[in-house]
Amino acid sequence: MFESIGEVVLLFWRTLLALPQAWRQRQKVFEQFFEIGNASLLMVCILSFFIGGVIALNFGPSLVEHSLTNAVGGLVGLAIAKELAPVMMAILIAGRIGSAMAAEIGSMRVYQEIDALRTMNINPIHYLVLPRMLAIAVALPMLVVSSILIGWFGGAMVADMNNHMEIPFNVFFSDLKNIVVLKDVCNGVFKSFCFALIIGAVSCHQGLTTIGGPRGIGRSVTKAVVNSIACIVIFDYILTRLLLR
Amino acid sequence: MNASNHNSSGVSLVVRGLRKNFDGQEVLKGVDFEVRPGEIFVIMGPSGSGKSVLLKHLIGLEEPDAGEILINGETVGSPEVAAKYRMALVFQSGALLNSLTVGENVGLYLTEHRLKPPAEIEKVVAEILEDVGLKDTADKMPNELSGGMKKRVAIARALVIEPQLILYDEPTSELDPLSSVVIGNEILDLKRRTHVTSLIVSHDRDLAFGVADRIAVIVEGKIVTVGTPEEVKQFNDPLVQRFLHADFKREN
Repeated sequence: MFESIGEVVLLFWRTLLALPQAWRQRQKVFEQFFEIGNASLLMVCILSFFIGGVIALNFGPSLVEHSLTNAVGGLVGLAIAKELAPVMMAILIAGRIGSAMAAEIGSMRVYQEIDALRTMNINPIHYLVLPRMLAIAVALPMLVVSSILIGWFGGAMVADMNNHMEIPFNVFFSDLKNIVVLKDVCNGVFKSFCFALIIGAVSCHQGLTTIGGPRGIGRSVTKAVVNSIACIVIFDYILTRLLLR
Repeated sequence: MNASNHNSSGVSLVVRGLRKNFDGQEVLKGVDFEVRPGEIFVIMGPSGSGKSVLLKHLIGLEEPDAGEILINGETVGSPEVAAKYRMALVFQSGALLNSLTVGENVGLYLTEHRLKPPAEIEKVVAEILEDVGLKDTADKMPNELSGGMKKRVAIARALVIEPQLILYDEPTSELDPLSSVVIGNEILDLKRRTHVTSLIVSHDRDLAFGVADRIAVIVEGKIVTVGTPEEVKQFNDPLVQRFLHADFKREN
């Protein structure tokens, strides 16, 4: 396990060193960026709407019952911006994009395409890892911003329409504005940036170290998703602690 | 003149005492041989004798435990030597990038190293594909090609580098006899046109005796004989003779 962690850190470091190559790889970065956005945006919208709704539904009636109506907007707003949007979206992206990264790079490794790149003096980190890391590092925070807005909207809609709350839209957002500050949203977006790097590094590493045939690729995909999610949860705690105001 | 006719005068290759272990199992047990500039040198041997591992060492994909590899007298391994000599490997499977078209595969080296403008790369790719008999396939995807066509695309991709040393890993495996002959002729034609040094790893006896200037036979990680095809045929060693004359026994 420690060897794998070391390898992931080393891969991340080598990708950082490859950053000056980013402009040359811009075409691939755009392709990957489109791939991530295109594959995930609809799912992000649906998930975020219902996450916002379920948070409002879970806590709203109890808060209203205890005369804390004006806390509903703030609670939903904070929960989504600081925790649920970054973590849930990171888990979603680890499942959808991290698995695809590990599978694609893994099959390239198994079918000697990466060896072929090396024989042509093409660095696989420049060619394969850097574009994916950059694309996910930009795409995930953008998806999280969308997720936060849609989650708030979902929460507001449920708070407005549910018989036990009946909090109007403008009141919900006014309460939310009183509690949630820009820094909370920025913290959530920053977390998602860190999660994106984790997903990218872990998934690309799993792909590059794939051995065996189709079974090996399957194993790498599973490991990429499971390890990414485990790292996301652990780093979520660490980052939350560091960003505590 | 076609793109692949550029001057790619061959280099010499010397391998001395090459050893490699994988998890305690010795795959290469002190391999020694020498390839002269511009010759076609075939390394033959049964499956599992260490041929592909040897090839990976020559191209720098594996590090030896001991021994040395010299190109034109310079040790392979340092980035300076790697940059100085152009080497290409034609993989057994072709190893084409499946997400790229045939044209993109062939032009990948030039594109990634920005050696020519895109329009020129397109022209070079078209010329090289024509050279290997694959005109008008540039826009096809690798999965639309037959096994033989994939191998020829792999050769075309190697030619773009204008190699001085070209290594072939089982170039006729999984091919029908006609396609094998096409590949063999392509290798001979390349030597004639570019004087490139060719090293072929294969267990195909027809290919080896058809194209080789010299042949080495490797058995269990050691070279047991090196010589011209005639010399190898007459080499009196039971292992070599069994390998060269293996045939079916059918009773009437």
